[in-house]
Amino acid sequence: MFFGHIVHHMVLDPRDKRTLLATARTGHLGPTLFRSTDFGRNWKEASKPPAFQKAPEGQKGRVVDHVFWLTPGHASEPGAWYAGTSPQGLFRSEDAGDTWAPVAGFNEHPMYMEWSGGEQAGTPDGPKMHSILVDPRDSRHIYIAMSGGGVFESVDKGANWRPLNSGVAADFLPIPDPEYGHDPHCVRLHSLAPDILYQQNHCGIYRLERPGTRWDRIGMNMPKKIGDIGFPLALHPRDPATLWVFPMDGTTVWPRTSPGGKPAAYVTRNAGKTWTRLDKGLPRSQGWFTVKRQGMTADAHEPVGLYFGTTGGEVWASKNEGGNWTCIASHLPEIYAVETADLVR
Amino acid sequence: MNVLIPSPLRSYTGERSSVEAAGATLAALLDDLNSRYPGIRFRMIDEQDAIRRHVRIFINGEQVRELNVPLRTTDEVIILQALTGG
Repeated sequence: MFFGHIVHHMVLDPRDKRTLLATARTGHLGPTLFRSTDFGRNWKEASKPPAFQKAPEGQKGRVVDHVFWLTPGHASEPGAWYAGTSPQGLFRSEDAGDTWAPVAGFNEHPMYMEWSGGEQAGTPDGPKMHSILVDPRDSRHIYIAMSGGGVFESVDKGANWRPLNSGVAADFLPIPDPEYGHDPHCVRLHSLAPDILYQQNHCGIYRLERPGTRWDRIGMNMPKKIGDIGFPLALHPRDPATLWVFPMDGTTVWPRTSPGGKPAAYVTRNAGKTWTRLDKGLPRSQGWFTVKRQGMTADAHEPVGLYFGTTGGEVWASKNEGGNWTCIASHLPEIYAVETADLVR
Repeated sequence: MNVLIPSPLRSYTGERSSVEAAGATLAALLDDLNSRYPGIRFRMIDEQDAIRRHVRIFINGEQVRELNVPLRTTDEVIILQALTGG
């Protein structure tokens, strides 16, 4: 049904294990969202896709360019979903993705323009809201991230928000420790230890342990010649101290490719104190991979399976936590997101 | 009246390139079209009621840029998609 569309994200609902949502747009038509309840055999378009409120007469209103991120709601709220858009907007569905409403507490927040920086403050293909994280202990506790804008937190189900960026570098801004305006690329919350957050940022890799509010730059422990720039970040499903990143070249004009043309994932098993290179099976040279922020993920197996997709249309997999890599698909279009799903009931 | 549908939107019209819809204005016509082919309007018109950047709408051969244009039952509406890139 949506052959040829750009799919920025596709997620299976972990609560019912059958509702699959996919965001979709073409280069030329407006954005939409499709739903399947039979693992993709049949798709039905959302009857009311995410859209900003219509502006009062005479005022310029915001327009959703694409739906970028999907997050299933809290386990206690079956059918609830959140979506993040470009330009940055937060939307919620109560009916398994069929109809969507703006989360006014964020989209209409008096600080929205300052926090989001407007439509110019973002990635080259548009500013994005992403990494919508719902605390598994409390459906009212939500984190979001914006490129650009930073990380924000709500403890009242999106009615109010506060920045959560202390300690994070923003070397593209003129002030040393701004409250907001940062560029998180991917933020993950560990479901078994929900007070631990990890962040791959435009300016490094960070860890935050709540109720603390100051991020610690654990990427400073990465090899200096590799640096700690990248887009995705994947967590171990059972060990909150283990995570994987996929470094990109963030020097000069930001090539966004594997440093030196030698792609590798890096793992830490001690919450960022030390990092180990994982490149067996990957190209030894001339491998100019770009892996986007939703482009790497882990499964729930023992040992953990890891997967990443490249903008060159390849999917690579490891059955042993990154110990060895194999290319399992090639000649695909640009890959925006790779997700795994647990189909066991 | 007769409305010509471009190929990127024919998944909504059962692959038909020409369909019937009614309305006293272009806005009403697009609402009627959406009631017959749910979802088609938002692909062409954004939430601020603007015609999307790569969509062109012609009435009797003349391009229109607003939705409040009046229509007669004899008018022919052509929707085109302006493909770019490469």
